[in-house]
Amino acid sequence: MSRSRLLPYLLIGPATVFLLALFVAPLVQTIALAFTHDGAASLANFAKMVGDLNFGLSIRNTFLLVLTVIPLQLCLALAMAMMVQKLEKGRDLVLWILIIPLGASDLAAGLVWLSILQDRGYFNTVLNMLGLVDGPVNWLSYETPVSLFVGVVLAELWRATAIVLVILIAGLQLIPKEYAEAAEIFGADAWTRFRRITLPLLKPSIQSALILRTVLAFEVFAVVYALSGRNFPVLVGEAYAWQHGNQNNGVAAAYAILVMAISLAATVVYIKALATRPETQP
Amino acid sequence: MAGITIDRIEKRFGAVAALRELSLEVADGEFIALLGPSGCGKTTLLRIIAGLEQQTAGRIRIGGRDVSALPPRERGLAMVFQNYAVFPHMTVYENVAFGLRMKGASDADVKTQVERASGLLHIEPYLERYPAKLSGGQRQRVAVARALAVQPAVLLMDEPLSNLDALLRLEMRSELKSVLAASGATTVYVTHDQTEAMGLADRVAVMHEGVIEQIDRPQALYERPATRFVGGFVGSPPMNFIDMPVSGGAARLGAFSSPVAAGDGLVTAGIRAEDIAISDSGGLPFDVVVCEPLGATLLLTGRIEGQLARVAARPDARVRPGDRLSLSPALDRIVWIDPQSGRSLGASPGAAA
Amino acid sequence: MTGAPVSRRLRGLVFWSGIAMLCVWVLAPIYLIALGAFGGRAGVFRWPKSLMPWDTTLAAMQAFLAVDGVWAAALNGALVAGLTMLFSLLLGAPAGYALARYAFAGQSAFRMLVVLTRAFPLAILALPLTVTFIRVGLYDTAVGVALVHTALALPFAALVSSSLFMGIPRELEEAAWVFGCTGFQAFRKIVLPLALPGLAAAAIFAFVISWNEVFAASVLTVRNKTLTAYLLTVLAESPLHFRFAGGFLLILPSVVFMFAVRKYLFAMWGVANR
Repeated sequence: MSRSRLLPYLLIGPATVFLLALFVAPLVQTIALAFTHDGAASLANFAKMVGDLNFGLSIRNTFLLVLTVIPLQLCLALAMAMMVQKLEKGRDLVLWILIIPLGASDLAAGLVWLSILQDRGYFNTVLNMLGLVDGPVNWLSYETPVSLFVGVVLAELWRATAIVLVILIAGLQLIPKEYAEAAEIFGADAWTRFRRITLPLLKPSIQSALILRTVLAFEVFAVVYALSGRNFPVLVGEAYAWQHGNQNNGVAAAYAILVMAISLAATVVYIKALATRPETQP
Repeated sequence: MAGITIDRIEKRFGAVAALRELSLEVADGEFIALLGPSGCGKTTLLRIIAGLEQQTAGRIRIGGRDVSALPPRERGLAMVFQNYAVFPHMTVYENVAFGLRMKGASDADVKTQVERASGLLHIEPYLERYPAKLSGGQRQRVAVARALAVQPAVLLMDEPLSNLDALLRLEMRSELKSVLAASGATTVYVTHDQTEAMGLADRVAVMHEGVIEQIDRPQALYERPATRFVGGFVGSPPMNFIDMPVSGGAARLGAFSSPVAAGDGLVTAGIRAEDIAISDSGGLPFDVVVCEPLGATLLLTGRIEGQLARVAARPDARVRPGDRLSLSPALDRIVWIDPQSGRSLGASPGAAA
Repeated sequence: MTGAPVSRRLRGLVFWSGIAMLCVWVLAPIYLIALGAFGGRAGVFRWPKSLMPWDTTLAAMQAFLAVDGVWAAALNGALVAGLTMLFSLLLGAPAGYALARYAFAGQSAFRMLVVLTRAFPLAILALPLTVTFIRVGLYDTAVGVALVHTALALPFAALVSSSLFMGIPRELEEAAWVFGCTGFQAFRKIVLPLALPGLAAAAIFAFVISWNEVFAASVLTVRNKTLTAYLLTVLAESPLHFRFAGGFLLILPSVVFMFAVRKYLFAMWGVANR
């Protein structure tokens, strides 16, 4: 009796200790690191961070990237999911193909798109074949910020839409077919069924997909780094640069705090904006 | 020698009492059914006997041995679960052999017992298959064979037929009865289906809100329910309960009257639908609302002075909704019930235990 | 009369070309980086390029693997990912079992702790760990990186295994108890075999998470870098064909692993997210 009371604690014990040591402790340390300078509490690190030339740029770039990529990604994944759900033959094969990028790291994705978008790459080759350009064109330099931005967006869409797709399809599988069928019998067309039945019932899945993706999107830097070096500064890239290049842990930690604060705020916004009443779900 | 003694068992979930000081004696080799609506505590009681749930107070003895604090594996019993709990990653053979293997039986013994048990349940053709390839009825047979293979002194069954369709349930019921009778195991069988309980068990314990309302042979239970609840739960259609005023030692309603051992006031007459004769005049006035031809009988639903009643008429009776009939119940089969306590007047208050 | 079938056929055509375009969108970039990886130095500078695999050679890839440090980094990356897989399963699966099978005080607090990790960019937390790791001797070791990666993979492993265990009816375990098993025997003989495929999928996913993680792996190591961290570090000074070969090598395991876990991925996320 007492053994069986103790058992669950023995089972979660190791995981709890681990998370305390490698999640909670570094979290506290990061905060401490960011808010101290030369052993005293201070905002010097933040002052240094804000005063840096790249700071404003990296804030702007990161938000621009997240606000462009996430909505596009959600729409793309929804379209993909609805199409895959309609498949009868070859569903497994198509699904497997569509989730391959899920296993690709952001660095790998950056390198993949670098091979396509570099000046002597395949994109220019195709443009050349179509007679649109004569020779190699550089799309990824700091002189072409728009095409550089589009390149990063493409790489992010390619890499990270898969996880949204997986979450949405998993959610779709939990929605009984009868609801849509009932709606169809009462005369709803495909678009109405999607908008009035599928979408509301899918809301919890959409919410968790958005939270996960947004947190990861604020963390992104290797895609950008692979495509453009530091031509397109983003927040975590700056943290990495301060830590590695400038050997300044304090400012790197300040960046980390900033990213965390933004991620948390985004999570709260999603939870509030996409709140579902449990009783309205199947 | 494996009778079961349930001695003042109590089970609480927080503030809610699922079982209240419940005692029950099951004789060696007896087949007893725990019957009641969902939430009455019957499954909780079974799981406490099995050791899957811990009682709040009280003791369980099996074959004279106190097993109250023992884990399930040391209680020397077998069980058939509601969803069969047939292991999906083992063949039918290994499923049936499971209990024997855990006891450390030799391969030869295992083989003999598996063959015997699967022969009883007619599952020899499937022994090498995996459960996923079997129908619900076949899985049910595997679950029973697995329990019988260990030649248990005590066999517990938790709604074993409730997931089968009606026809299969009837077939399995009669088969179970002969197989279990031959096994000689002391059996406790939980069900909410009164025909199952009545058809299978030597004795039926009707449970309601954590207590046993009545325990008796099926026929006695049907004919002389100790409480209004038992009369209403056992039998289909349920017993009719008609309130009648009493004065001077006689209950009267309409043109009906009967002597009754009750003081002046109200009494409830419990009358079975088939114990009622239909006449043209006299007796209880009955306004027919619905007629349902059920083949063997014509079931009439209607009202006696505003009180709901059902009558099983002969199938060729010419009755239509809106008719007014006169009913003459068989006086010797009426169960008189005290409307306050819900107990029958004949039964002593202690009869429940 | 013929209008309906024609429009239906047209819709089918549009639908299937949509599906085909999606597949091309995913597969073409992988094909193209493979061309780059096997094209070698000459291939990178060819203009205009051929979209056909005519001038690819194995020699290009061999040359990449022969570069000092690449092979070691790939092995080290696999070691770190393997350790991550092991740690996250050893810590996560028991926790998942407790979440699935027991009601205990503090359960929701633990669940909260696990879910909370998702709202934080965990890899960034590696920053202060450099100091701690240097002190305890974990800096620049495979185990050290694997520990941080386990923090990333553990919440996932715990939630997924909890939903796996929840999918195994309790009655099966109870039947095993009744028929003579101890609690541990019932787990080993009944629950574990049934959960194993799903646990394997979760483990593989942990492997992929670790293999791909770049920030913590770069910050916590100097010499013993994982392949991802190694490539990031040398990115600026390496030639293009070298980068493409590296990118291709990074993607290769994920293609294989996604194939292995594809069946479980949807089931895992469906329940893990509620």
